Amino acid sequence: MNYKTDTNGYYGNFGGAYIPEMLFPNIEELKSVYYEMMHDPSFVKELDCLLNDFVGRPSPLYFSQKLSTKHKAKIFLKREDLNHTGAHKINNTLGQILLARRLGKTRIIAETGAGQHGVATATACALMDMTCVVYMGQTDIERQLPNVERMQLLGAKVVPVTSGSQTLKDATNEAIRDWINNADDTHYIIGSVVGPHPYPEIVAYFQSVISKEIKTQLNEKLGVASPDYVIACVGGGSNAAGAFYHFLDDTAVKLVAVEASGHGLQSGKSAATTALGRPGVLHGSKTILMQTEDGQVVEPHSVSAGLDYPGIGPLHAHLYETGRAQFLYVTDTEALDAGLALTRNEGIIPALESAHALAALDQIKFNSTDIVVLSLSGRGDKDMITYLDYFKKHKHEKH
Amino acid sequence: MRSINRITSLFERKKENILSIYFTAGFPELSSTENIIAALQKSGADMLEIGIPFSDPIADGPVIQQSNKKAIENGMTLQLLFEQLKTIRSHVNIPIILMGYLNPVYQMGIENFLQKCTDIGIDGVIIPDLPAEIYKTQYQQAFHKHNIFNVFLITPKTKPERIKYLDGLSEGFLYLVSSSGTTGKDTIFHEEEYQRINDMKLNNPLLIGFGIHDRASYENACKHARGAIVGSAFIKALEKSSSPENISSFIHSLTTPILCN
Repeated sequence: MNYKTDTNGYYGNFGGAYIPEMLFPNIEELKSVYYEMMHDPSFVKELDCLLNDFVGRPSPLYFSQKLSTKHKAKIFLKREDLNHTGAHKINNTLGQILLARRLGKTRIIAETGAGQHGVATATACALMDMTCVVYMGQTDIERQLPNVERMQLLGAKVVPVTSGSQTLKDATNEAIRDWINNADDTHYIIGSVVGPHPYPEIVAYFQSVISKEIKTQLNEKLGVASPDYVIACVGGGSNAAGAFYHFLDDTAVKLVAVEASGHGLQSGKSAATTALGRPGVLHGSKTILMQTEDGQVVEPHSVSAGLDYPGIGPLHAHLYETGRAQFLYVTDTEALDAGLALTRNEGIIPALESAHALAALDQIKFNSTDIVVLSLSGRGDKDMITYLDYFKKHKHEKH
Repeated sequence: MRSINRITSLFERKKENILSIYFTAGFPELSSTENIIAALQKSGADMLEIGIPFSDPIADGPVIQQSNKKAIENGMTLQLLFEQLKTIRSHVNIPIILMGYLNPVYQMGIENFLQKCTDIGIDGVIIPDLPAEIYKTQYQQAFHKHNIFNVFLITPKTKPERIKYLDGLSEGFLYLVSSSGTTGKDTIFHEEEYQRINDMKLNNPLLIGFGIHDRASYENACKHARGAIVGSAFIKALEKSSSPENISSFIHSLTTPILCN
C-alpha cells in the first residue's frame, strides 16, 4: 500500500485539486516552487535552524509514569505543547512562510479554528515582515479569545467570519475567497493537511519533523526503531499526519486517529467525520465529509475548536478506507475529563484537541510491553475558560 | 438523431449582445424557480443559468452566498430542482444551464445527474470547482453521451496555452471571468487583456461574467465578447421583489439602449 500522493495529487481515492480556474496559476506555481525548494539544501538548512533556535525543537519525548501505570503500557507524550506559540502548528507556518518568500508573495492569509494556526501564522509573519490576515469564525473568536488577542498583538488582522456555523469550515471558505480575490500578491498558509493538492502533502511534510524526532528519541531512550502505537487527534489532521508520517510504511506500528464525537456519535452534534461522513468534495479536495443526502456540508460540533471540522485531510480518508489507521471517537466530556486528569496528575494542561487523544487511551487494550507515543499537540492556555467552567460544575464529582 | 443543443443554436442565431441571467434555485422562495424562468424568457433574456445551491460556495461573493444559504433553508435540493423543472420545456425554449459546485452533483452521481438533465432538456452545465484535468479523465465521456455541454471558465490571467486547452474542452461557449475574483465584485476592464484573448481566434464564443451589474458594464462586456452574464445584480433585484414586473424592469434596465445622455 502506498501512502504518498500519486502524480495527480491523490492518496488512493482521495485528494486532488478541485479548484476554480482563478486559482489554477497559484496552485501550479506553488507545486513547482515547493518541489524545487524541498530539494534545496539552503532551504532545508534555514528551516532546520528556525525549528531548533526559534521554535525550540526537538520537542521532548516525555515518559509519563502515571499514564503508564494506569494504562499498563509504556506511554510517552510527544511534547508539541512546548513549542514556541504552544502547538505543532508553528512547524508548518515557518516552512510555508519560507515558501511564500520564495514565491515572491508579500501578503499572507490563513484560516484558524482554535487560533493556534492563526497565532503561528501571525508569529511567522512578524518574523518575516509580512502582512497577515487571519480568518476566524465568530463562534471561535468568542471561545478562543486569548489567541485572538495574541494574533492582534503580533500585528495580524483578525477577520470575523459570520457565515454558516461561524467556525473553521466557514473561515476556510472565506480564506479561499480572499485568495481568489488577491491571487497575485498573496500566499494562503493552510493550517492543516486539507485543501487542494499540493497543500495536504506540503503540510504533512512540514509536520513530519514530529515522527522524525520520535524515531530518534525512541532509539536514544529505548534503543528501538519504532513504537507499537502512535496516537493523535484528528480535526483536519496535521499533527496526526506529522506523527504518523515516518511510520506509515511500517505496518508493525499501529496508528490511532482520534476524532471528536462532540455530544456523542448519534447526537447530531458531533465532528466524527469518518463515523458519520461519506466521500465528497470540499475545500479543494475529495475526502470524507459530513453531509446531507443532497450533498450539503453539515455543521459539525466539538468542544474543541481545532477539531470542529466536517471533513478530514485526504491522507486520513485514505488511512481510514484502507484500514491502515484505527479511528476512535471521543466525546466533549471524555476529553475534558482526560484534560483535567493530565493537569492534576502530571502538571500539564493540554489543549482540548490533544485531550481527545488522551481520552482515547481508555479505549485501547495494551500489552504491558507496548511502547505508546501520544502526540500532545498543544497546550491548554487558550482553553482555560472552557476548563474552568467545566471544573466549577464538576468539582464535587471526581476531581 | 441527436437534436442540436440550444446553446449552439443561440450563438448561431444571435451574433451580439447575448444576455445570460444567473439566479439561485429556490430563492427568494422555494417555489420561485419556475416563475422566475418564465418572467426572464418573457423579458428577453437569451439564456438562463440556474444555480444549484451549495453550503460552501467558495467562488461566490456575499450576495450569491446569501441566496444559496436562503435557498437551502427554504428546502431546495438538486432532486427537488429537477422535479420543479420537469415540464419546463413545455413553455420555455431558451437554453438553460445548471451552475453549481461539484459536491451535490457528485452525490447524485454524474450519470444520474446527466440523465435527469437530458430528460428535462437542460443544455449545459457549469461547475467552477471541477477542473479541466479531472473533467477530461473522469467526466467528459458521460457529458458527450448525453449531449450536455460543459462550459469552462477562463480569466484575463489565464495563460494562452491554457486558454487554448480549455477552449478545446469547453462546449457552447467560454465563460470569461471579467477580473480574477469572486462573483459580485466591481469589474475592472482591461482592454488589452480582452484584445489579447480575442486575437487568439478561439473556437468557442466568449461570454463575460462576474461584476456585470448595470447597463454600462453590460454594454462594455458586449463590446469585447458575444455577450454577458449577470448574476449578483439580478439576485439583488430579486431580494427586493421577484414579481414578473420587477424582473422585466431589471432586464430592461440592462438592455434598453441609451438614446441620449
